[in-house]
Amino acid sequence: MLELFLLLAAALFSVGLYGALSQQSIVMIMMGIELMIAGVITAAAALWHFLAPAAADGQVIVVAAVVAMAVEMAMGFAVTTAVFRSRDIDTADAAEDLKG
Amino acid sequence: MTAALFAVLAVLAVTGAVLVFRCASMARATFALLASLVCVGGEVILLGLPYLGVVTVLMMVMEMVVMAVFMVAYMMNPAGLMPMSMVHNRRGALTISGVVFAGLAAGVLLAPWPGRVGTAPQDTTFQAGAALMGDQMLTMVTLGFALLATMVGATVLAVGRGRYDRFGDDLSRPRPDDPAGGGVGR
Amino acid sequence: MADAGSWPSVLVAPAALLALAVLALCSDAVLDARTAGRPATPAAAVRPLLDVVRLLLAQPRRTPASDALLWRIGVLTAPTAAVLAVAVVPFGGHVVADLEVGVVWFNAMEALTWAGLWLAGWGPNAALPLIGGYRFLAQGLAYELPLMFALIAAAVGAESLNVGDIAAAQQGLWFAVWMPVAFAVYLASVLAFSFLGPFGYPAGRDIAGGVLGETSGVDRLLLQAGRWLLLAAGSAMAVPLFLGGGAGPLLPGWAWSLLKTLAVLGLLLWARRRVPAVRADRYVEFAWMVLIPATIVQTLVPALVVLRR
Repeated sequence: MLELFLLLAAALFSVGLYGALSQQSIVMIMMGIELMIAGVITAAAALWHFLAPAAADGQVIVVAAVVAMAVEMAMGFAVTTAVFRSRDIDTADAAEDLKG
Repeated sequence: MTAALFAVLAVLAVTGAVLVFRCASMARATFALLASLVCVGGEVILLGLPYLGVVTVLMMVMEMVVMAVFMVAYMMNPAGLMPMSMVHNRRGALTISGVVFAGLAAGVLLAPWPGRVGTAPQDTTFQAGAALMGDQMLTMVTLGFALLATMVGATVLAVGRGRYDRFGDDLSRPRPDDPAGGGVGR
Repeated sequence: MADAGSWPSVLVAPAALLALAVLALCSDAVLDARTAGRPATPAAAVRPLLDVVRLLLAQPRRTPASDALLWRIGVLTAPTAAVLAVAVVPFGGHVVADLEVGVVWFNAMEALTWAGLWLAGWGPNAALPLIGGYRFLAQGLAYELPLMFALIAAAVGAESLNVGDIAAAQQGLWFAVWMPVAFAVYLASVLAFSFLGPFGYPAGRDIAGGVLGETSGVDRLLLQAGRWLLLAAGSAMAVPLFLGGGAGPLLPGWAWSLLKTLAVLGLLLWARRRVPAVRADRYVEFAWMVLIPATIVQTLVPALVVLRR
């Protein structure tokens, strides 16, 4: 059963990774990242349940992942707003000044 | 029962996840993501963590609705009435994510997972709370500071008007000049 | 602890919720009639119920390029959320689902109305309903955090997230008595998430009915029903959270629960007619500048009391 949950987590993570890599719109990239973190949440909860339910460490990872999701959303929207305000763009391709 | 629930939620979660990048309508994409994340919350509940599962659902509902607002605000074609493609390097992305999935799946299936150590406590919510307020206090404090920094940073980045816009060039205006008034008489 | 859910309660709870909602609607119609100077007769009371028949028979209205799927989902969400939310509310000693985390469940189900109303506004592809949907979001940003702190205050006071435990923890003194701020904020939030009275702004007349504007037939019936069901669910939840649940002399538990629920419902109906409509932009600032600090301080009170216990 642990393997099934982890496979689900891997599937969510990979679909999210595909979205984060392939989408042009910053908001859509964020949706991909959300899915990747959802995969992390699933995996952490499964590992807690099937490996070490007596310790709270797995739960703490879930909490940290949920916080990461909130931070990612807030900062993502703030950056999108700032970029859109200054240059009227909303795609990652149009904002690649930092590209090496 | 648990296995059936797991299967249904898992299929719905992955379907929703795929639909996010298949829907032309941004509203539909956002709510497909919401469906997927709610199913993830369901899986977490299924794993015996009711608090974290329900909190995930609660947070995701509000987060995705806010996301829908930003989608509609920034995308040029939010309702998807004119089909258009907003992707780059699709083949590369597919290859990379396919390889990542294969690698993860191989790891999941090949790793010699140990057996379960100990049993879950009666009240898993209490376990999480006691850990965050005890042994994991440092984690909690760090997360708290991260959230505080996010609040300040996000506000600074997103606000278009600074104090000179609000209070005048020499900051001498007694009341700020805001486009919308508030409810406490400022 | 309340009794665990038995099969009949799964059916009884939604039926009781519906009965409460209908009762609220009829009482509201009577008050309407009295305000308008018409006689407050039984005929006036059942007048809104005639609308049910009318809506069931009505020709559905269509808008061009509507997103029918999302529209349906949004319309269905409001009543569904109300029924799911009430599943954790103990009625006397009976509860459908005695969840360990009942308070969080109630909060999550009530938050579903955010998604539901935004979708109901987005679906018809019309400007005024969309404005209504956005208005509800703005209102949601205002009412949600104070509501969460009000719920947390009750949970801290009882040292439990289980609704039955919270009711049981008020044997000596009702939480409404020593957490008046949390109670008041909770009641205001009930009106806010059922978008009635002072918080009826998302469905306001100035935008031709807002989220309700383009709905017709069964859709409109469901959305309106969702409104009153949410009001009834919120009133029912106020009883175990702040008014001691089914505890009371002489009468059995369910009777006390019912009486207290009716009292809360009556109070909300009265407030709905007394308080003027409040715009979301004004309420947001009031909520964030006044209500959130007030509810945080309020949460500190039970925290200190529990520490000394």
